Amino acid sequence: MAPHRELPAGLMNHLFHNTGSPSFTEFVGAYAPGLLPSRETLAAPVGDQIPHATTIVAATCAGGVVMAGDRRATSGNFISQRDMEKVFRADDHSCLGIAGAASIGIEMARLYRVELEHYEKLEGRTLSVVGKANRLSAMIRGNLAMAMQGMVVVPIFAAYDPDKDAGRIFGYDVGGGPYEQQQFHSIGSGSIFARGSLKKLYREGASPEDTVLACVQALYDAADDDSATGGPDVTRRIWPVVAVITADGFRRLSDEEVQGYVQTMLEGRMSDPDGPSAPLR
Amino acid sequence: MSMPFGYASPEQIMRDKADYARKGIARGRSVVVLQYEHGILFVAPNPSRALHKISEIYDRIGFAAVGRYNEFEALRLGGIRYADVNGYTYDRGDVTARGLANFYAQNLGQIFTESVKSFEVEIVVAEVGDAPEYDQIYRLTFDGSVFDEHGTSAMGGQAEAVGGRLKERYREGMPLAEALSAALFALTEPGGERPTATQLEVAVLDRNRPHRKFQRLTGPRLAALLEETAPKAAEPKEPKEPEAGAKPETPPTAPEGEIDTGSGD
Repeated sequence: MAPHRELPAGLMNHLFHNTGSPSFTEFVGAYAPGLLPSRETLAAPVGDQIPHATTIVAATCAGGVVMAGDRRATSGNFISQRDMEKVFRADDHSCLGIAGAASIGIEMARLYRVELEHYEKLEGRTLSVVGKANRLSAMIRGNLAMAMQGMVVVPIFAAYDPDKDAGRIFGYDVGGGPYEQQQFHSIGSGSIFARGSLKKLYREGASPEDTVLACVQALYDAADDDSATGGPDVTRRIWPVVAVITADGFRRLSDEEVQGYVQTMLEGRMSDPDGPSAPLR
Repeated sequence: MSMPFGYASPEQIMRDKADYARKGIARGRSVVVLQYEHGILFVAPNPSRALHKISEIYDRIGFAAVGRYNEFEALRLGGIRYADVNGYTYDRGDVTARGLANFYAQNLGQIFTESVKSFEVEIVVAEVGDAPEYDQIYRLTFDGSVFDEHGTSAMGGQAEAVGGRLKERYREGMPLAEALSAALFALTEPGGERPTATQLEVAVLDRNRPHRKFQRLTGPRLAALLEETAPKAAEPKEPKEPEAGAKPETPPTAPEGEIDTGSGD
């Protein structure tokens, strides 16, 4: 029985090994390190050759937060996917959107979801919002070597904070973060245009419905000026992914609901292609 | 035939270990698991809010245990790691109660044969399916035996008596309130008082929930459910009297004294 001495009371399997932390990433790093995304370095930068995810916007609303992402993935100048999903539910009250190398981003989102859930199940409580944001930061930092080779992943994290009864948004850079953002934030290639648009359309304390419309407008503005961001695809009925998080939890809007917002926006743009104008004074 | 001093036959050792484990498990209160209309219901008398006997393992899988707290807690944590590692390696749908039950069976069996002291635990691993016929309930004993249960399962304390009372009241497709009432009927000694909301740990695997099916029923929701079942619980007192007269030696649900918090002693 000597070989099993480090395990509690005769347990055989290393799945019973307590790493001393409820973090899933740390456990899997000890148990099966090969499963963690991207801890190796590449021979040469891959840059444009792999699909990249593009624009995500997030904005706080009354009693929560809204996140929306376009559906396009690009490899250099060609569109590699039209119906990509880049906004992921992390747990009941938080979500993340990813921009950058799509493959690593998706895996990171999957790992992050397990990370939050694992903690919750082991400890019997949910991590605080800041705790969640910090965990994501450590994950991005783990990808730094790959980021330097062109496999950059930059997520955006949004959550409903029950202590403040409000939505919160966190941004990151390739080295980690988190940087808490007030009101709204956007990431990805079209983020400059989306942020400019949200700057004019965002209303403090607006209803979730109005905020969803503002986000859909911002994504359209991003697609308008950035070739890597996809606009709503009316012929194929591919709409942005929109998630609303309130005290009731995470809710991804159905295609029909998003279609309604997109149609409202498109009707307005038929007469005013640049979208609603903000009052000058 | 001469025996070396201190010799005990393997049969004797196994029997002693099994007796030891059985005694430990019978000391605590029972836990019951049963199917209801929308999934699987777990009920445990447990006044502690922090030390759980019932837990979530994965999206569709729940866990219930009786016996020594530190031992079944180690099993619970190992099970969560097993499920999370597999779900992350493959796909969330590839984590099954059958796989988890096998994992536990291997380890419990190994511990029973190799360690000086076997685990004093009995556990249930239950998985809710898309329809009642796909629900699975596995009960595992301290020696690694697996029992594939149908409809109901009871363990710990006077498990046989509790299981018998549970089967008496159980029928397929019961609504939640009725299932809870059946569970409480089984867990309450004949003529005894039903545990209140604060003395109960109740959870469901509800197949209609999105993502994670496991949900604890606490506070107002549990109180409302108990209230709903209360009048029904008053009825059986009438027919119980002749029954009690016919079988006065009906075994009690659990020994006298404080309710076991699951923390061992």
